[in-house]
Amino acid sequence: MARHAHKEKLIHGLFLLNGLLVVFLLAGIFAVLVKTSIPAFREIPLGQFLFSSVWNPTATFTKPSYGILAMLVSTFMVSVGALAIAIPIGVGAAAYLSDVANRHVREIAKPIVEILAGIPSVVIGFLGIVLVGPMIARIFGLPNGLNALNGAILLAVMALPTIVSLSEDALKSVPRSFQEASLALGATHWQTLVKVKIPAALSGIIAACMLGMGRAVGETMTVLMATGCSIKMPASFLDSVQTMTATIAIELGEVPYNTTHYYALFGIGLVLFIITFFVNMASDIILHKYQRVMK
Amino acid sequence: MKNAKINVSKFNFYYGDSRVLKDITIDIPENRVTGIIGPSGCGKSTFLRSLNRMNDVILGSRAEGSVMLDGRDIYGRDVDVAGLRRKVGMVFQKSNPFPKSVFENVAYGLRIDGIKDKYFIEERVERSLRDAALWSEVKDRLRDNAFELSGGQQQRLCIARALAIEPEILLMDEPASALDPTATLKIEELIQELKKKYTIIIVTHNMQQAARVSDLTAFFMLGELVEYDITSIIFTKPSKKLTEDYITGRFG
Repeated sequence: MARHAHKEKLIHGLFLLNGLLVVFLLAGIFAVLVKTSIPAFREIPLGQFLFSSVWNPTATFTKPSYGILAMLVSTFMVSVGALAIAIPIGVGAAAYLSDVANRHVREIAKPIVEILAGIPSVVIGFLGIVLVGPMIARIFGLPNGLNALNGAILLAVMALPTIVSLSEDALKSVPRSFQEASLALGATHWQTLVKVKIPAALSGIIAACMLGMGRAVGETMTVLMATGCSIKMPASFLDSVQTMTATIAIELGEVPYNTTHYYALFGIGLVLFIITFFVNMASDIILHKYQRVMK
Repeated sequence: MKNAKINVSKFNFYYGDSRVLKDITIDIPENRVTGIIGPSGCGKSTFLRSLNRMNDVILGSRAEGSVMLDGRDIYGRDVDVAGLRRKVGMVFQKSNPFPKSVFENVAYGLRIDGIKDKYFIEERVERSLRDAALWSEVKDRLRDNAFELSGGQQQRLCIARALAIEPEILLMDEPASALDPTATLKIEELIQELKKKYTIIIVTHNMQQAARVSDLTAFFMLGELVEYDITSIIFTKPSKKLTEDYITGRFG
């Protein structure tokens, strides 16, 4: 009896430890980012950091400039562009899997979609350079296809598995009784899908898209390889860009330790962390709201 | 039968290999309430769902024989199933409003039919809610989510939703089984009102209810139609021993 109780306590403690560890890690990462980026803001005015589009930390003849606006806009463009491509395709594919495909197709197709999530980002980036880039260059008559559009297309491919898989779950969990009610009123399957099932699953679908967005915002290697690495304010999707993630990845390896430039890169990391944190939190809130409504 | 709205003859229904309805032949009269009673699993719900082809969605199901509605076989080759379901409305056992407003629930059938005229829709929604004896309770709550209504109100909302597209027949699958006695009474009174305009077929587990609301009663057992007659005859002097045993509560 006593030994059982001990074991219970031990297991309880172990799981508690695991749970706390995750929270501790998150808090720790945030603390390191804040602590390391504070010195940057002693040198750089916050207004310049957030609202200037000139990023030139290694200027020798003029004053170095640390504006991340161009990168912020680039990240935003590439991620939103990716969503604009991935959402219609992803939700369409989810609707196909949940409502049109027969059981055999679904059992084969869904794992394949999920495997797509496991392709290393460097491989996707490689495809961007050798396949998507040249195609974009040919279609638009550009010298090369390494631009925001290329990044958006590749990130769309990477966000698709999340969007398809979670949207399909959301559509699946729409009660069958809604579907029956709609059909009994003379609706076709298509009308039932568009007017009843998708609205009923909407918050789940939105949450899926937000999680896809979280992935797109934080992705580094693909955009570093495929977007052309040019820090200036982009005027269109056909301009080369460099996202915040790519800047950190490129410059952190070569920056002198404990300089303003070094701290500023951590500042970019902090901004990224805050963005992804809020995107994830928003999707979580929407998802919970949705689960409550469905009960 | 004179004035038969529906003639079912030699109708069989299969889920995969199991035959759940066996050679059903029955005529259902217009503007009457026809009750269907029988123990669980006797096929009464399957029969009801055969009349608007709701069973079509079940994989591996198959129908044999004919169901004539106004002289046309609803299982015929080029039947428009959506059109059939607009003519044969259905109310389910568990109320199933959409997660939309009260108004949009009732307007749904009109909207999917392509009706855009705002005044027409408003007028029809109000009339349907009145016909379902719900208008006075919800007229100030039309924009509220339908889930905020009580269980009985939700079921009457589902009836209003079915009425909005002006069906000729209303199928009701144990519409009061999940409701309390007061709400049940309301639904039963409503059925009496509705039969003036509609042909009603109601499946019920509750024999008192069948005796109260239906003009004719059909007794199903193990997929067969055992007896079908005027309700008072079924409940007072049934011709089959099986029917008598069931209505006197010897089994079921």
